Amino acid sequence: MSADLHQIWVYLSASPLAGLTLTLVAYQIGLWIFEKLGRRPVLNPVLIAVILIAGTLSLSGIDYRTYFDGAQFVHFLLGPATVALAVPLHNQFQEVRRSAVALVAALLVGSAASALSAVALVWTFGGSTATILSMAPKSVTSPIAMGVSEQIGGLPSLTAVFVIITGIVAASLGTWVLNLVRVKDWRARGFGMGVAAHGIGTARALQVNEVAGAFAGLGMGLNGLATALLLPTLYHLIWG
Amino acid sequence: MLGTLTLLLLCQLVGDLAARLLHLPIPGPVLGMLLLFAGLLVRGDVPAAVQDTAGGLLRHLSLLFVPAGVGVMVHVTRLETEALPILVALFGSTLFGIAVTAKLMAFLLSRTDPRLEEEPATGEPAMGDRAKGDRT
Repeated sequence: MSADLHQIWVYLSASPLAGLTLTLVAYQIGLWIFEKLGRRPVLNPVLIAVILIAGTLSLSGIDYRTYFDGAQFVHFLLGPATVALAVPLHNQFQEVRRSAVALVAALLVGSAASALSAVALVWTFGGSTATILSMAPKSVTSPIAMGVSEQIGGLPSLTAVFVIITGIVAASLGTWVLNLVRVKDWRARGFGMGVAAHGIGTARALQVNEVAGAFAGLGMGLNGLATALLLPTLYHLIWG
Repeated sequence: MLGTLTLLLLCQLVGDLAARLLHLPIPGPVLGMLLLFAGLLVRGDVPAAVQDTAGGLLRHLSLLFVPAGVGVMVHVTRLETEALPILVALFGSTLFGIAVTAKLMAFLLSRTDPRLEEEPATGEPAMGDRAKGDRT
Protein backbone atom coordinates (compact mmCIF):
# COMPACT_ATOMS: atom_id res chain seq x y z
CA MET A 1 0.00 0.00 0.00
CA SER A 2 2.61 2.53 1.02
CA ALA A 3 4.73 1.43 -1.97
CA ASP A 4 1.75 2.24 -4.19
CA LEU A 5 1.34 5.61 -2.59
CA HIS A 6 5.01 6.29 -3.05
CA GLN A 7 4.78 5.40 -6.74
CA ILE A 8 1.77 7.63 -7.18
CA TRP A 9 3.67 10.45 -5.48
CA VAL A 10 6.68 9.93 -7.76
CA TYR A 11 4.40 10.01 -10.79
CA LEU A 12 2.45 13.06 -9.65
CA SER A 13 5.42 15.17 -8.59
CA ALA A 14 7.00 14.73 -12.01
CA SER A 15 3.84 15.12 -14.12
CA PRO A 16 2.83 18.47 -15.65
CA LEU A 17 -0.68 17.85 -14.31
CA ALA A 18 0.38 18.57 -10.73
CA GLY A 19 2.02 21.93 -11.44
CA LEU A 20 -0.85 23.06 -13.65
CA THR A 21 -3.56 22.02 -11.19
CA LEU A 22 -1.68 23.52 -8.26
CA THR A 23 -1.47 26.86 -10.09
CA LEU A 24 -5.19 26.99 -10.81
CA VAL A 25 -6.26 25.78 -7.37
CA ALA A 26 -3.95 28.26 -5.61
CA TYR A 27 -5.25 31.12 -7.76
CA GLN A 28 -8.87 30.13 -7.07
CA ILE A 29 -8.12 30.14 -3.34
CA GLY A 30 -6.50 33.56 -3.78
CA LEU A 31 -9.60 34.87 -5.58
CA TRP A 32 -11.86 33.35 -2.94
CA ILE A 33 -9.96 35.03 -0.09
CA PHE A 34 -9.92 38.31 -2.04
CA GLU A 35 -13.72 38.16 -2.52
CA LYS A 36 -14.53 36.92 1.01
CA LEU A 37 -12.54 39.62 2.75
CA GLY A 38 -14.17 42.45 0.86
CA ARG A 39 -11.97 42.81 -2.26
CA ARG A 40 -9.18 44.60 -0.43
CA PRO A 41 -6.44 45.35 -3.00
CA VAL A 42 -3.77 44.28 -0.50
CA LEU A 43 -5.09 40.71 -0.64
CA ASN A 44 -3.94 40.39 -4.22
CA PRO A 45 -4.87 36.95 -5.65
CA VAL A 46 -1.47 36.65 -7.37
CA LEU A 47 0.34 37.30 -4.10
CA ILE A 48 -1.76 34.73 -2.24
CA ALA A 49 -1.32 32.16 -5.02
CA VAL A 50 2.46 32.64 -5.16
CA ILE A 51 2.78 32.24 -1.38
CA LEU A 52 0.60 29.10 -1.38
CA ILE A 53 2.48 27.50 -4.29
CA ALA A 54 5.96 28.39 -3.05
CA GLY A 55 5.00 27.04 0.39
CA THR A 56 3.62 23.81 -1.06
CA LEU A 57 6.69 23.26 -3.23
CA SER A 58 9.09 23.95 -0.35
CA LEU A 59 7.27 21.57 1.99
CA SER A 60 7.06 18.78 -0.58
CA GLY A 61 10.60 19.25 -1.86
CA ILE A 62 9.56 19.75 -5.51
CA ASP A 63 11.89 22.16 -7.29
CA TYR A 64 10.79 25.15 -9.36
CA ARG A 65 11.84 23.58 -12.69
CA THR A 66 9.59 20.57 -12.17
CA TYR A 67 6.71 22.82 -11.15
CA PHE A 68 7.23 25.06 -14.17
CA ASP A 69 7.04 22.08 -16.55
CA GLY A 70 3.34 22.01 -15.72
CA ALA A 71 2.74 25.68 -15.02
CA GLN A 72 4.26 26.73 -18.34
CA PHE A 73 0.89 26.07 -19.99
CA VAL A 74 -0.55 28.95 -17.97
CA HIS A 75 2.58 31.05 -18.48
CA PHE A 76 2.32 30.52 -22.24
CA LEU A 77 -1.08 32.23 -22.34
CA LEU A 78 0.62 35.57 -21.53
CA GLY A 79 1.37 35.81 -25.27
CA PRO A 80 -2.19 35.44 -26.60
CA ALA A 81 -3.46 37.60 -23.70
CA THR A 82 -1.10 40.40 -24.73
CA VAL A 83 -2.47 40.15 -28.28
CA ALA A 84 -6.03 40.21 -26.87
CA LEU A 85 -5.36 43.65 -25.35
CA ALA A 86 -6.05 44.97 -28.84
CA VAL A 87 -9.77 44.46 -28.12
CA PRO A 88 -10.25 46.86 -25.15
CA LEU A 89 -7.88 49.21 -26.96
CA HIS A 90 -10.14 49.18 -30.01
CA ASN A 91 -13.25 49.58 -27.83
CA GLN A 92 -11.79 52.80 -26.42
CA PHE A 93 -10.10 54.01 -29.57
CA GLN A 94 -12.07 57.28 -29.78
CA GLU A 95 -10.90 58.19 -26.27
CA VAL A 96 -7.34 57.17 -27.06
CA ARG A 97 -7.13 59.22 -30.25
CA ARG A 98 -8.42 62.33 -28.55
CA SER A 99 -5.73 62.15 -25.89
CA ALA A 100 -2.79 61.10 -28.08
CA VAL A 101 -0.47 64.00 -27.22
CA ALA A 102 -1.01 63.63 -23.47
CA LEU A 103 -0.46 59.87 -23.83
CA VAL A 104 2.91 60.12 -25.51
CA ALA A 105 4.23 62.78 -23.11
CA ALA A 106 3.02 60.93 -20.01
CA LEU A 107 4.42 57.67 -21.39
CA LEU A 108 7.94 58.97 -21.92
CA VAL A 109 8.14 60.82 -18.60
CA GLY A 110 6.44 58.00 -16.65
CA SER A 111 8.54 55.26 -18.20
CA ALA A 112 11.78 57.12 -17.46
CA ALA A 113 10.61 58.01 -13.93
CA SER A 114 9.88 54.35 -13.09
CA ALA A 115 13.11 52.91 -14.51
CA LEU A 116 15.48 55.64 -13.29
CA SER A 117 14.02 55.86 -9.78
CA ALA A 118 14.26 52.06 -9.48
CA VAL A 119 17.90 52.03 -10.54
CA ALA A 120 18.75 55.04 -8.36
CA LEU A 121 17.11 53.52 -5.27
CA VAL A 122 18.86 50.13 -5.59
CA TRP A 123 22.17 51.93 -6.09
CA THR A 124 21.63 54.33 -3.16
CA PHE A 125 20.81 51.48 -0.79
CA GLY A 126 23.83 49.46 -1.83
CA GLY A 127 22.44 46.81 -4.17
CA SER A 128 24.75 44.83 -6.47
CA THR A 129 25.23 45.62 -10.16
CA ALA A 130 23.34 42.45 -11.18
CA THR A 131 20.37 43.58 -9.10
CA ILE A 132 20.50 47.11 -10.54
CA LEU A 133 20.51 45.83 -14.12
CA SER A 134 17.77 43.28 -13.42
CA MET A 135 15.67 46.04 -11.81
CA ALA A 136 15.76 48.53 -14.72
CA PRO A 137 13.09 46.96 -16.99
CA LYS A 138 10.77 45.78 -14.18
CA SER A 139 7.82 48.02 -15.09
CA VAL A 140 7.00 46.23 -18.34
CA THR A 141 5.33 42.90 -18.99
CA SER A 142 7.52 39.89 -18.20
CA PRO A 143 8.34 38.60 -21.72
CA ILE A 144 9.64 42.06 -22.68
CA ALA A 145 11.32 42.75 -19.35
CA MET A 146 13.18 39.44 -19.44
CA GLY A 147 14.41 40.08 -22.98
CA VAL A 148 15.64 43.59 -22.09
CA SER A 149 17.27 42.31 -18.89
CA GLU A 150 19.24 39.75 -20.88
CA GLN A 151 20.32 42.40 -23.38
CA ILE A 152 21.75 44.72 -20.74
CA GLY A 153 23.39 41.99 -18.64
CA GLY A 154 20.83 41.43 -15.86
CA LEU A 155 19.39 38.12 -14.70
CA PRO A 156 16.15 37.47 -16.64
CA SER A 157 14.60 35.21 -14.00
CA LEU A 158 15.35 37.77 -11.26
CA THR A 159 13.78 40.43 -13.47
CA ALA A 160 10.65 38.27 -13.76
CA VAL A 161 10.37 38.24 -9.96
CA PHE A 162 10.79 42.04 -9.80
CA VAL A 163 8.13 42.40 -12.51
CA ILE A 164 5.62 40.37 -10.51
CA ILE A 165 6.35 42.19 -7.23
CA THR A 166 6.01 45.54 -9.03
CA GLY A 167 2.59 44.43 -10.26
CA ILE A 168 1.51 43.31 -6.81
CA VAL A 169 2.69 46.59 -5.23
CA ALA A 170 0.71 48.54 -7.83
CA ALA A 171 -2.41 46.42 -7.52
CA SER A 172 -2.31 46.71 -3.73
CA LEU A 173 -1.32 50.35 -3.26
CA GLY A 174 -2.02 51.97 -6.66
CA THR A 175 -5.51 53.09 -5.72
CA TRP A 176 -4.17 54.66 -2.54
CA VAL A 177 -1.38 56.57 -4.29
CA LEU A 178 -3.70 57.76 -7.08
CA ASN A 179 -6.10 59.14 -4.48
CA LEU A 180 -3.17 60.68 -2.61
CA VAL A 181 -2.06 62.70 -5.66
CA ARG A 182 -5.75 63.44 -6.38
CA VAL A 183 -6.00 62.12 -9.91
CA LYS A 184 -9.68 61.56 -10.74
CA ASP A 185 -9.66 61.06 -14.48
CA TRP A 186 -10.11 57.33 -15.24
CA ARG A 187 -7.95 57.64 -18.34
CA ALA A 188 -5.02 59.01 -16.33
CA ARG A 189 -5.52 56.54 -13.46
CA GLY A 190 -5.53 53.56 -15.83
CA PHE A 191 -2.62 54.82 -17.89
CA GLY A 192 -0.47 55.29 -14.79
CA MET A 193 -1.18 51.72 -13.67
CA GLY A 194 -0.40 50.28 -17.10
CA VAL A 195 2.82 52.24 -17.66
CA ALA A 196 4.24 51.59 -14.18
CA ALA A 197 2.90 48.10 -13.57
CA HIS A 198 2.17 46.24 -16.86
CA GLY A 199 -0.37 43.37 -16.86
CA ILE A 200 -1.04 43.08 -13.14
CA GLY A 201 -1.69 46.83 -12.93
CA THR A 202 -3.88 46.46 -16.02
CA ALA A 203 -5.78 43.53 -14.50
CA ARG A 204 -6.47 45.68 -11.44
CA ALA A 205 -7.56 48.65 -13.59
CA LEU A 206 -9.86 46.39 -15.66
CA GLN A 207 -11.51 45.28 -12.41
CA VAL A 208 -12.25 48.84 -11.42
CA ASN A 209 -13.35 50.57 -14.62
CA GLU A 210 -13.47 49.71 -18.35
CA VAL A 211 -12.03 53.08 -19.47
CA ALA A 212 -9.21 52.75 -16.94
CA GLY A 213 -8.63 49.18 -18.15
CA ALA A 214 -8.32 50.21 -21.79
CA PHE A 215 -5.86 52.98 -20.97
CA ALA A 216 -3.92 50.64 -18.71
CA GLY A 217 -3.65 48.09 -21.53
CA LEU A 218 -2.48 50.85 -23.81
CA GLY A 219 0.05 52.09 -21.24
CA MET A 220 1.37 48.57 -20.79
CA GLY A 221 1.75 48.03 -24.54
CA LEU A 222 3.32 51.44 -25.18
CA ASN A 223 5.74 51.16 -22.28
CA GLY A 224 6.66 47.68 -23.49
CA LEU A 225 7.58 49.21 -26.83
CA ALA A 226 9.33 52.24 -25.31
CA THR A 227 11.35 50.16 -22.84
CA ALA A 228 12.35 47.57 -25.44
CA LEU A 229 13.55 50.35 -27.74
CA LEU A 230 15.01 52.92 -25.34
CA LEU A 231 16.41 51.08 -22.32
CA PRO A 232 19.19 49.13 -24.11
CA THR A 233 20.21 52.35 -25.89
CA LEU A 234 20.24 54.29 -22.64
CA TYR A 235 22.25 51.53 -20.97
CA HIS A 236 24.95 51.65 -23.64
CA LEU A 237 25.14 55.43 -23.30
CA ILE A 238 25.65 55.23 -19.53
CA TRP A 239 27.67 52.04 -19.06
CA GLY A 240 29.32 52.08 -22.49
CA MET B 1 -13.96 30.76 -28.83
CA LEU B 2 -11.77 28.34 -30.78
CA GLY B 3 -11.73 30.70 -33.74
CA THR B 4 -10.65 33.61 -31.56
CA LEU B 5 -7.90 31.61 -29.86
CA THR B 6 -6.62 30.64 -33.30
CA LEU B 7 -6.73 34.28 -34.38
CA LEU B 8 -4.81 35.39 -31.27
CA LEU B 9 -2.16 32.70 -31.78
CA LEU B 10 -1.84 33.56 -35.47
CA CYS B 11 -1.30 37.25 -34.66
CA GLN B 12 1.32 36.29 -32.08
CA LEU B 13 3.04 33.94 -34.53
CA VAL B 14 3.17 36.56 -37.27
CA GLY B 15 4.45 39.09 -34.71
CA ASP B 16 7.13 36.67 -33.55
CA LEU B 17 8.24 35.86 -37.09
CA ALA B 18 8.35 39.55 -38.03
CA ALA B 19 10.40 40.41 -34.94
CA ARG B 20 12.91 37.67 -35.74
CA LEU B 21 13.13 38.24 -39.46
CA LEU B 22 13.48 42.02 -39.15
CA HIS B 23 15.64 41.83 -35.97
CA LEU B 24 13.26 44.13 -34.10
CA PRO B 25 13.85 44.52 -30.35
CA ILE B 26 10.07 44.39 -29.84
CA PRO B 27 8.57 41.13 -28.51
CA GLY B 28 6.30 39.15 -30.85
CA PRO B 29 3.13 39.41 -28.73
CA VAL B 30 3.31 43.23 -28.75
CA LEU B 31 3.60 43.23 -32.54
CA GLY B 32 0.74 40.73 -32.60
CA MET B 33 -1.37 43.14 -30.54
CA LEU B 34 -0.64 45.96 -33.01
CA LEU B 35 -1.52 43.63 -35.88
CA LEU B 36 -4.87 42.61 -34.37
CA PHE B 37 -5.59 46.25 -33.54
CA ALA B 38 -4.91 47.26 -37.14
CA GLY B 39 -7.18 44.43 -38.32
CA LEU B 40 -10.00 45.59 -36.03
CA LEU B 41 -9.58 49.18 -37.25
CA VAL B 42 -9.89 48.05 -40.86
CA ARG B 43 -12.94 45.92 -40.04
CA GLY B 44 -14.50 48.78 -38.08
CA ASP B 45 -15.94 46.71 -35.23
CA VAL B 46 -15.12 43.79 -32.95
CA PRO B 47 -16.96 40.51 -33.71
CA ALA B 48 -18.99 39.32 -30.69
CA ALA B 49 -17.03 36.06 -30.43
CA VAL B 50 -13.70 37.92 -30.32
CA GLN B 51 -15.12 40.34 -27.75
CA ASP B 52 -16.21 37.44 -25.50
CA THR B 53 -13.07 35.33 -25.70
CA ALA B 54 -10.69 38.27 -25.33
CA GLY B 55 -12.74 39.51 -22.39
CA GLY B 56 -12.61 36.07 -20.76
CA LEU B 57 -8.85 35.78 -21.20
CA LEU B 58 -8.21 39.31 -19.88
CA ARG B 59 -10.49 38.85 -16.88
CA HIS B 60 -7.95 36.32 -15.62
CA LEU B 61 -4.88 38.17 -16.81
CA SER B 62 -3.30 38.18 -13.37
CA LEU B 63 -3.48 34.36 -13.14
CA LEU B 64 -1.02 34.17 -16.03
CA PHE B 65 1.69 35.87 -13.93
CA VAL B 66 1.57 33.28 -11.15
CA PRO B 67 4.06 30.73 -12.60
CA ALA B 68 6.74 33.40 -13.13
CA GLY B 69 6.01 34.80 -9.67
CA VAL B 70 6.72 31.46 -8.02
CA GLY B 71 10.25 31.89 -9.45
CA VAL B 72 10.85 33.99 -6.34
CA MET B 73 11.88 30.63 -4.77
CA VAL B 74 14.98 30.46 -6.95
CA HIS B 75 16.23 33.87 -5.80
CA VAL B 76 15.64 33.64 -2.06
CA THR B 77 19.33 34.09 -1.16
CA ARG B 78 19.75 37.27 -3.18
CA LEU B 79 16.44 38.64 -1.98
CA GLU B 80 17.57 38.08 1.60
CA THR B 81 21.03 39.63 1.30
CA GLU B 82 19.78 42.62 -0.71
CA ALA B 83 16.35 42.90 0.88
CA LEU B 84 16.56 46.61 1.71
CA PRO B 85 17.63 48.02 -1.70
CA ILE B 86 15.24 45.67 -3.50
CA LEU B 87 12.19 46.47 -1.39
CA VAL B 88 12.83 50.21 -1.28
CA ALA B 89 13.35 50.29 -5.05
CA LEU B 90 10.30 48.17 -5.88
CA PHE B 91 7.89 50.05 -3.63
CA GLY B 92 9.39 53.50 -4.23
CA SER B 93 9.75 53.39 -7.99
CA THR B 94 6.41 51.70 -8.63
CA LEU B 95 4.39 54.18 -6.59
CA PHE B 96 6.47 57.09 -7.90
CA GLY B 97 5.98 55.86 -11.48
CA ILE B 98 2.20 55.56 -11.09
CA ALA B 99 1.93 58.99 -9.47
CA VAL B 100 4.13 60.80 -12.02
CA THR B 101 2.48 59.18 -15.05
CA ALA B 102 -1.09 59.68 -13.85
CA LYS B 103 -0.55 63.21 -12.56
CA LEU B 104 1.13 64.40 -15.76
CA MET B 105 -1.48 62.69 -17.92
CA ALA B 106 -4.33 64.23 -15.88
CA PHE B 107 -2.72 67.65 -16.11
CA LEU B 108 -2.29 67.44 -19.89
CA LEU B 109 -5.82 66.09 -20.35
CA SER B 110 -7.32 68.87 -18.24
CA ARG B 111 -5.75 71.40 -20.59
CA THR B 112 -6.78 69.73 -23.85
CA ASP B 113 -9.91 67.79 -22.99
CA PRO B 114 -11.34 68.82 -19.61
CA ARG B 115 -14.06 66.35 -18.72
CA LEU B 116 -14.75 63.19 -16.74
CA GLU B 117 -14.26 65.34 -13.66
CA GLU B 118 -17.83 64.58 -12.67
CA GLU B 119 -17.11 60.87 -12.29
CA PRO B 120 -16.66 59.63 -8.76
CA ALA B 121 -13.19 58.14 -8.43
CA THR B 122 -12.90 56.61 -5.04
CA GLY B 123 -10.83 53.94 -6.70
CA GLU B 124 -13.00 51.15 -5.41
CA PRO B 125 -15.17 49.42 -7.99
CA ALA B 126 -18.76 50.64 -8.14
CA MET B 127 -21.42 48.09 -7.31
CA GLY B 128 -22.13 47.51 -10.98
CA ASP B 129 -18.49 46.68 -11.55
CA ARG B 130 -18.42 44.29 -8.64
CA ALA B 131 -21.29 42.31 -10.08
CA LYS B 132 -19.36 41.50 -13.23
CA GLY B 133 -16.20 40.86 -11.21
CA ASP B 134 -13.91 37.94 -11.76
CA ARG B 135 -15.61 35.03 -10.05
CA THR B 136 -15.38 31.93 -12.16
